[in-house]
Amino acid sequence: MSEMTSTTTDLSAEAGARPVRKSSSGAAAPGPRRRTGRIRRPGWLRRATLPYLLLLPALLLELLVHLVPMVIGIVMSFKELTQFYIRDWGTAPWSGFDNYRMSVDFNAPVGEALLHSFLVTVGFTLLSVGLCWLIGTVAAIYMQDTFRGRGLLRALFLVPYALPVYAAVITWVFMFQHDNGLVNHVLHDQLHLTDKPSFWLIGDNSFVALLVVSVWKGWPFAFLIVMAGLQNIPRELYEAAALDGAGMWQQVRRITLPSLRPVNQVLVLVLFLWTFNDFNTPYVLFGRAAPQAADLISVHIYQASFVSWNFGTGSAMSVLLLLFLLVVTGVYLAITSRGRRTSDA
Amino acid sequence: MPSTPASPTAQVSAKAHPSPMAPPRSFLWSRRIFLTLLSGFVLVPVYVMVSSSLKPLADVTGTFHWLPSGLTFRPYVDIWSTVPLAKYFVNSLVVAGGATVCSVVIAVFAAYAVSRYAFRGKRVFTVTVLSTQMFPGILFLLPLFLLYVNIGNATGIALFGSRGGLILTYLTFSLPFSIWMLIGYFDSVPRDLDEAALVDGCGPLGALFRVVVPAAIPGIVAVAVYAFMTAWGEVLFASVMTNDATRTLAVGLQGYSTLNDVYWNQIMAASLVVSVPVVAGFLLLQRYLVAGLTAGAVK
Repeated sequence: MSEMTSTTTDLSAEAGARPVRKSSSGAAAPGPRRRTGRIRRPGWLRRATLPYLLLLPALLLELLVHLVPMVIGIVMSFKELTQFYIRDWGTAPWSGFDNYRMSVDFNAPVGEALLHSFLVTVGFTLLSVGLCWLIGTVAAIYMQDTFRGRGLLRALFLVPYALPVYAAVITWVFMFQHDNGLVNHVLHDQLHLTDKPSFWLIGDNSFVALLVVSVWKGWPFAFLIVMAGLQNIPRELYEAAALDGAGMWQQVRRITLPSLRPVNQVLVLVLFLWTFNDFNTPYVLFGRAAPQAADLISVHIYQASFVSWNFGTGSAMSVLLLLFLLVVTGVYLAITSRGRRTSDA
Repeated sequence: MPSTPASPTAQVSAKAHPSPMAPPRSFLWSRRIFLTLLSGFVLVPVYVMVSSSLKPLADVTGTFHWLPSGLTFRPYVDIWSTVPLAKYFVNSLVVAGGATVCSVVIAVFAAYAVSRYAFRGKRVFTVTVLSTQMFPGILFLLPLFLLYVNIGNATGIALFGSRGGLILTYLTFSLPFSIWMLIGYFDSVPRDLDEAALVDGCGPLGALFRVVVPAAIPGIVAVAVYAFMTAWGEVLFASVMTNDATRTLAVGLQGYSTLNDVYWNQIMAASLVVSVPVVAGFLLLQRYLVAGLTAGAVK
């Protein structure tokens, strides 16, 4: 029953599927409007053009900052764009699919490094999104009822999300320091879990460090969204379930989680895209040179472009990344939407 | 359909469900343990930030200790002279403030159009705008940089390296989500209200600003908070698109480590100082954000 309202969360379908009440807006149409006789509007501000005028600023800006640069980026990926041509990039020679071939040749160093970075990113993203979602959802469900200190706790939980990324991550950098950091002090000096202090920001441990910081920073967003989603579950459902003898745990399993499905569909997708593209966290955590074990794809491409000054290859890698994200998003939406439709029937 | 869309003002004060049944002990205990552990996880870095900012330099260069050997406010004095923090602060304030105002105004117009009008290309518009969220920032960083330089050369408008260019960039980052959230919010404002305003002789824009906007204030505040936070915390574009004069906090904070020394106490003090405006604002306005999300994004 709640599935009906919730389908509107499907963002792509929302605008198209929602029936706009023509009848009601007809009251404002030129015909009936004349009867009041007081309304004067310039001719160009008619119903037909007004929505487009309202959209114009947003559209122009998105074009300027996102779509046009994206097209330029795609063009650049077919060019041999090294620092010699950067002043006037239009004159760089065309190189066909060379940049792409180089990026996906997994036997050569460039392709091999890209593949490695991609796999690291996939693993990191799955773990981070899973943990963020899990912690956020559990916390939101636990905090659904009022109890003493709930407001305070909620404010506290939102602090990691509210902190500017660089301020939060730089604090973690301090905590992960080898000689004067908190993590080694606790693990080595206080708990004696390690033989000698570990390095966290270089070597294999860096993956763990990155994951911890990412989850610390990311789970409050899941918490926030699920908390908002919970408020839209009609109370009557719980009352009816309680009358039928369903306990607390059963209510969570039978009512709360299924009702959250449409919210989760969008939440998980957004978390996935943000985590996969995340640049700020690894960049502040490791600086320009990310360790092998935590070489996320955004930083990898950044380095391939700005450190080696090969923008053509960097662009090709970015385009491949975009294609991958498009495919994943498409498949994800198709699978989750179909699942929902069958559960409706 | 048991739920009727509540009016936006009612949703501001939306409370949690009072449970129809007293929760069992197992639930209470697991809740206590989980929330305690989680609080610890969240609090430790916050504690490190606050306590280290009050430590003398010797305390943060040697082995970590939970308690400071002595409290000092020195770092809070020194941060302003080690790097030109005040300048970075003003830059960040101008950039984030400008981006927020522009983003909110533009998102209000766009969301109003989508929410209240049927027109050709509506679906294409919403899908396109939302899908820009998916782009990896790295994909358009360099092209945008080149585009700004070219526009600067052709027209004399300095976008690259200027605060204006950064405002322009950041406002588009928050725009898609803002529009999406406001569409949902405007949809929950009863149409009868603005139709009444139209009949009373307001133009469409009059109806928007006199009726719809006032009724949707929580959603608009939420969007503004989101836009400000996005601009205040961005690192990637700030590191490429600013110069010495326009550097923002995101980049400027890196200046506390030199080759020989890392002034961790000052870094923590500076991190705290730059966090206070956003965290305070966010915590004060978070109820609006939750209400805005409830009405808009997750409906």
